[in-house]
Amino acid sequence: MTRLSPSAKSIALHVGVVLLLLALNVLLPEYHRGVLARVLVLAVFAMGYNLAFGYTGLLSLGHAMFFAAGLYGAGLTVYHLEWSVWPAFATGLVAGTALALVVGFLALRTTGVAFMIVTLMFAQVFYLTTLYFTTYTRGEEGLVLPQAARVLAFPGGVLNLSDPSTRYLVALALFALVLAVTLFLARAPFGRSLVAIRENEERMRMLGYDVFANKLASVVLSGLVCAAAGAAYAVLFGYVGSGFAAIQYSILPLLWVLVGGAATTLGPLIGTLFMFYVIDTASSYTTAHLLVVGLVLIGVILFFPKGIAGTVRERWLPWLP
Amino acid sequence: MAAVSPLLVTRDLCRAFGGLRAVDGVDFSLPEGETHAIIGPNGAGKTTFVSLICGRITPTSGSVVFDGREVSRMPAHRRVRAGIAYTFQITSVFANLTAFDNVALAVQRQLIDARAGGRTAHALAEHGMEALDKVGLAGHADKIAGNLSYGHQRLLEVAMGLALKPRLLILDEPTQGLSDGEIDNFIGLVRQIGEEATVLLIEHNMDVVMALAERITVMEQGRILAQGAPAEIRANEAVQQAYLGG
Repeated sequence: MTRLSPSAKSIALHVGVVLLLLALNVLLPEYHRGVLARVLVLAVFAMGYNLAFGYTGLLSLGHAMFFAAGLYGAGLTVYHLEWSVWPAFATGLVAGTALALVVGFLALRTTGVAFMIVTLMFAQVFYLTTLYFTTYTRGEEGLVLPQAARVLAFPGGVLNLSDPSTRYLVALALFALVLAVTLFLARAPFGRSLVAIRENEERMRMLGYDVFANKLASVVLSGLVCAAAGAAYAVLFGYVGSGFAAIQYSILPLLWVLVGGAATTLGPLIGTLFMFYVIDTASSYTTAHLLVVGLVLIGVILFFPKGIAGTVRERWLPWLP
Repeated sequence: MAAVSPLLVTRDLCRAFGGLRAVDGVDFSLPEGETHAIIGPNGAGKTTFVSLICGRITPTSGSVVFDGREVSRMPAHRRVRAGIAYTFQITSVFANLTAFDNVALAVQRQLIDARAGGRTAHALAEHGMEALDKVGLAGHADKIAGNLSYGHQRLLEVAMGLALKPRLLILDEPTQGLSDGEIDNFIGLVRQIGEEATVLLIEHNMDVVMALAERITVMEQGRILAQGAPAEIRANEAVQQAYLGG
């Protein structure tokens, strides 16, 4: 391994991670496979958030709206219009992307704390809108998509998305695709520009970069990926509810990315997985599980100040993308 | 090619901050190929004036014409692409990136504009190293910019400007904080740059100004006090009163 070039190493690592996740489909017991399928979809959400927050330095407190736009875009069309999964999924993507374009265009006129507040406000509006149209969304109670509708049609046959193994593999496919895109972006000129904007925006402007356009592109791409996660969640797990649009789901991806490592390709997966199991394990022993979670988070910040993958990169593996 | 019209012209350029007229009705013209210094006491409006030229600040009134084109309403990044490069008064490099990556960001922008598809990684390395080499930092390409000495960071800043292949390079107090030895190197470097590009230099160090400038503009309280060749400026009584002789 030591003779490989940094880029060959990182590609080998990412392929290895995807193959390991593929093997886990048959190795894991039923419960944990179900958990991991969910974690993979939420990790896609975190990867989308990471594009805006980690790479571009845009601390948004409103990304739940992009996830929820995907979730509702796919869920409502399946539930009310009885669309099949492909067009419903596409609707989710379009909804999230369009929302990100509008919100990005308005919110990016601000920076720093004001950007946090503006994104938070937009997300609250989105959340309250899902409650306002309770007739269609059933609010917090949510909608359960019928199993019969959750099938993915292919020319050669259909995939039943409520089957645990199929669900896992579809989640993994989406995860692998987004991971590949992130890895590509991190090394492409566009990705390098985003990082440089995060580091020194004024300097980038004076190097001739259109900072606003680059940031907007980052937010739109981030919104698209988050919407893909939301749409996938709707069709894979069959539940669509307002809870996913609430403030909690804007904070969670921030937490996952911070724990895993901002601006790292694998950090979002590590953070999501870690948090899921910390909560899961702690709550099986005590009802005061949030206390344990808090202590664990303090420990992580103490020993991994740049997140798990970020600190590993800083201390031991500088080639880690 | 003799420049028929000047590369840069400002007409009645004004910028007020509240009641303070930082730049007050400046008419200025800069022929292509000239190395021109702007001097003046602190608060004379020198940095504001060049900021109006490169677009970091928008003017209250007046016009900036670059290469025959009115640019005073053009956003800064588009002026950079039109050929105006600015190096910051306060060193502003990407501290967490390597020296090479700093320059590569400038080269990358240049390559995007030149529509240089294909072999970009190769071109990036070539042009990036070329710019570092010009300022004498080729040996430091892989060092993290934030760990370079202050003098080297200033040079890196200039290398980023050069990598943009500008027609007009604006240097805002480039020798501030440099040692005497570094200043000598710097004078040589700016001379070399001056052969290819038009240079507009804000500078407090009179030795540097006298060594480099073909013409000098003296600013005071947002206005042009005097303009001319170094010898004329040295002999100008108003300038001596206001600035040199104190």
